[in-house]
Formats: sequence, structure tokens, C-alpha cells
Amino acid sequence: MKALYFAWVRERIGLSEEEIAPPGEVVTVRQLIEWLSRRGDGYAAAFANPATIRAAVDKRHAAADAPIGAAREVAFFPPMTGG
Amino acid sequence: MTSQPAPSVRVQADDFDVAHEQALLTQDRKDIGALVSFIGLCRDEDNTLEALELEHYPGMAEAEISRVAGEAIERWPLQGLTVIHRFGRIRPGEQIVFVLTAARHRADAFAAAEFLMDYLKTRAPFWKKEQRAGSAPGDWVSAKSEDDSAAERWR
Repeated sequence: MKALYFAWVRERIGLSEEEIAPPGEVVTVRQLIEWLSRRGDGYAAAFANPATIRAAVDKRHAAADAPIGAAREVAFFPPMTGG
Repeated sequence: MTSQPAPSVRVQADDFDVAHEQALLTQDRKDIGALVSFIGLCRDEDNTLEALELEHYPGMAEAEISRVAGEAIERWPLQGLTVIHRFGRIRPGEQIVFVLTAARHRADAFAAAEFLMDYLKTRAPFWKKEQRAGSAPGDWVSAKSEDDSAAERWR
């Protein structure tokens, strides 16, 4: 699946998107965040405070316990500041 | 009973023309009694802001605004609805966001416009970074808890 990162999540990780292949035991958004956090220092910094991370699965907002299922695209970003 | 209008939702780098958008929505119509328009501007309170850099999630921004617009149309008897949100570099004084609601009566047009803005603030995937005059990278604007509580009251 494709992972996308926005705003300071993107800056800390140093990538705007990448292809990822999490193992089968990674089922929820929260577990995917934990798995990504172990990929390197930038990831660990980006996901250090999960309360400040919002996620979307296939371009829809998703809660931490939402399943990632067969998603094509998962995105992580800070709380939104548009409008 | 009139059919529900299709909202016009646009996410764009370019500026928008409020008078033109209003004319598009009211063209050939005599049944509209109230138009409410909201324009959000790039604000510089202490004369230090060079520009805002608005990042967005292409595809999801349009989809999420359309979902919020659809909810507004379900909740209020609207006759027309336009939402425009810009991205990219926006300087102080420039327009960022536009909501235009049309209804037979003003209460519905006002309420729907306020609902749309409250929900856009917390659900539309946009992030603002401030570029300050003379300083290096700039800071991301933090989300405000008031915005969450403003959106909560519509539940």
C-alpha cells in the first residue's frame, strides 16, 4: 500500500509518500503507526505523540482502531488547520 | 418540494471572484430569497507575516469538502451551495476560503454557512505554515481546540 505524509509528519519523516508492505499482524491504524515508528529516527520523531496524529484510509478520516484492511492508500498528518 | 442542489466544490491555487461566484449561483433564478457568503482571509496581526503556505491532500480535500457539503444539503433546505478552498502560497489580505449558501430564508443560509466553516476547519485536510518576514523556515499553525468545540456543537 501507499503511505502518504503531510505537513510536519512529512518533514520529520523526510518523505511525502512511499510504498510500504506491513506484515499481516499489523491490522489497525494504531498498529501501523507503531510499525512505522520503528523504521527510523525520523519516523519515531513524527509519531512520538500519537495523540497529535490524524489518519486517513483511502482518503477518508480513520480512527486509531480502524482496520487498514485492503487499503490502497493510508495517510498520516497533524490536526488540520484549513479554513 | 424542490430537488436537492448539487454543490460546487473546488480546491485550487488560483484566487476566486466572489461576485462571479454569486452570479453563477443565482443566474436565471427567481426563487432564492437569501444568499450568505463567507470569505476567509489571510490575516497578519502584527505585521510580521510574509505569507501562508497552505499544504493540502489532493483528492481527499475535494472528497472531504464534498462530504461536508452533502451533509449541509441533507440538514438544511438549500437551493445552492459553493465552496472554494485555495492552497499554495497566500499573502496577508488575500482570500483563502469561500462558502456561499442559497436558501429561501436567511436562517437556513446562515446556519448552513456556519456549519460548513466549522466542519471545514476540523475535517478538510489543509495545513497552514507561517512564513515570517526575515526568519528561516517558519512554523506550522497549531489546530485550535475552539475549532473542535465549534464543530462539536452541530452534533
